[in-house]
Amino acid sequence: MSATTAAPAQAQIYHKAGSIKNERRWAMIGAYIALAVFVVFFMFPPFHMLVTSLKSSAEIADLQGNPWIVRSPTLENYRDLLTQGNYVLHFRNSVIVTLCVVAITMVVSILAAFALARMRFWGSSMLATGVFLTYLVPETLLFIPLFQIIGGLGLYNNLLAMILIYPTLTVPFATWIMIGYFSSIPKELDEAALIDGANHFQMLWKIFIPVALPGILAATIFAFTVSWAQFLYPMAFLVSSENMVLTVGIVSDLIRGDTFQWGKIMAGALMAAAPPLLVYAFLMDYYIAGLTAGATKG
Amino acid sequence: MADGNVVTAPGVPAAVAPPATGALHRIARRQSTLAFLMTLPLLAVIGGLVAYPFFYAVYLSMLNKRMTRFIGIENYTFLLSRETFQSVIWQSVIFAVGAVIAKAMIGFILAHVLHALPAKGQRKWRGMLLVPWVIPPAISTLAWWWLFDPSYSAINWLVAAVGVPPVAWLGEPSWARFSVILVNVWYGAPFFMIMYLAALKSVPDQLYEAAAIDGATGWQKLRHVTVPMMRNIISITVLFSLIVTFANFDIVRILTNGGPQDKTHIFGTYAFQVGIQSGDLPLGASVSLFMFPILAIFAIFVLRGVTRRSKEMAG
Repeated sequence: MSATTAAPAQAQIYHKAGSIKNERRWAMIGAYIALAVFVVFFMFPPFHMLVTSLKSSAEIADLQGNPWIVRSPTLENYRDLLTQGNYVLHFRNSVIVTLCVVAITMVVSILAAFALARMRFWGSSMLATGVFLTYLVPETLLFIPLFQIIGGLGLYNNLLAMILIYPTLTVPFATWIMIGYFSSIPKELDEAALIDGANHFQMLWKIFIPVALPGILAATIFAFTVSWAQFLYPMAFLVSSENMVLTVGIVSDLIRGDTFQWGKIMAGALMAAAPPLLVYAFLMDYYIAGLTAGATKG
Repeated sequence: MADGNVVTAPGVPAAVAPPATGALHRIARRQSTLAFLMTLPLLAVIGGLVAYPFFYAVYLSMLNKRMTRFIGIENYTFLLSRETFQSVIWQSVIFAVGAVIAKAMIGFILAHVLHALPAKGQRKWRGMLLVPWVIPPAISTLAWWWLFDPSYSAINWLVAAVGVPPVAWLGEPSWARFSVILVNVWYGAPFFMIMYLAALKSVPDQLYEAAAIDGATGWQKLRHVTVPMMRNIISITVLFSLIVTFANFDIVRILTNGGPQDKTHIFGTYAFQVGIQSGDLPLGASVSLFMFPILAIFAIFVLRGVTRRSKEMAG
């Protein structure tokens, strides 16, 4: 008796569970389809970049074939870039500027953030707000007066100008991230250090920097990204090819009048994109944590 | 332990207090001098390379082309009377608003889709979806430029395969306007995805459980739980992106350089053309400064959102 009544009830339960499962499965299939569509949309320009960089000029100029595949892959574009012309010089310039800017940014922002997070002084909260507002100033607002100022300092067409100006784009946000990380360090740690007789610099060096290392890493990656990618300032302030950085150098050297050396341009672009891609491949989580914390926390 | 502290606590400061006030005072003063010294490099960067150039730009914009004569607001009125500049204003608004709406929607969808995935696969997909945002825009726009090439366009090859006639992506004004927005969306959508994903992860699961017990459908959960919880981050991200997109330079400069017929110029590229390429620095400075009021308004709202958010986090 009981068996006959139990069976339909059980079936119903299974049916219900099955429909939820089904619903979930369809939702997952929909999610994967949406993901696939966007991955294709996001990846096809870099993919086409790679394909073009592996083609000879003759194959690029050939309008007959499918432009999305390589028939006779060659590394000659890469070889030419690395052995002749100024590409290596541009790469070196980008590295020099980026390293200097990252170093300057981190020193300036760590010192300032420590002071702003821990020592109350006249105007400190106003300054913290000012730092955030400075972060929102885009480079297109100030490049024309800076053009005059750089000229006045005699730094026109000089890499030093980049090292001097890029920190305006990196320091404010780096400071903002560091203020957030330093403020989250419990005050008891400072007190313990002060009782042990540490001065402020020892406190910063021995406690704050080690504890806030993820934040420092995030700020470093931010400064690296911004300096590596900056385009407007080198465009406006650098004129001769041997002084250029990658973002402007590729275009200025590989386009002569109407001749576009697309194979080399794409090879150069791909190599220029490699350092940030590598950094993100390994350190993405730190950067995202710092970025979202910086924008969403105080 | 706790009781002991209560008993001893008032006694200790009382015993130490009288000699300490003078020393504390001195320490406090020394500390604020030190703090000032530590913020000095920051002040130098902000004061010397942001604030001073800004005021200098205001002064510069009131000079004539050869910078010999003070002409007041003549540059501004001249610009406003020019048809090209009016089209720059419109194009900047269309570019920024169009691109930000598309980026926000794509970011929202992708964040939800990613959030629904099992944690194991999530990282891999997220990494792939972040690629456009990781490549410097000045570099990736070169790839788009090549994809839009009038005779070798690989997109047109695909389009032709479907039987549609080739599109002059950068040659025809309305297509060129569409193309610069498309590239900006491609570059910026992952940023929205990341911000929204972080916000989604911070919504407590209990809220969804409570909603499920109340019998809420997926749509109702989205409307009454997710969106209200994310509202602040959505507004911060949108406003921030409006600022950055409005002041964009790289993409338009490389793809169209303002053409065809100056139809895709936005403030940044037009200021560059007028100020640096044609050598009229004062006029270029005025073009840039036209951005300032709208950027300032957005910036104030971003700041308001961020302070409110940090108060919420603290409270």
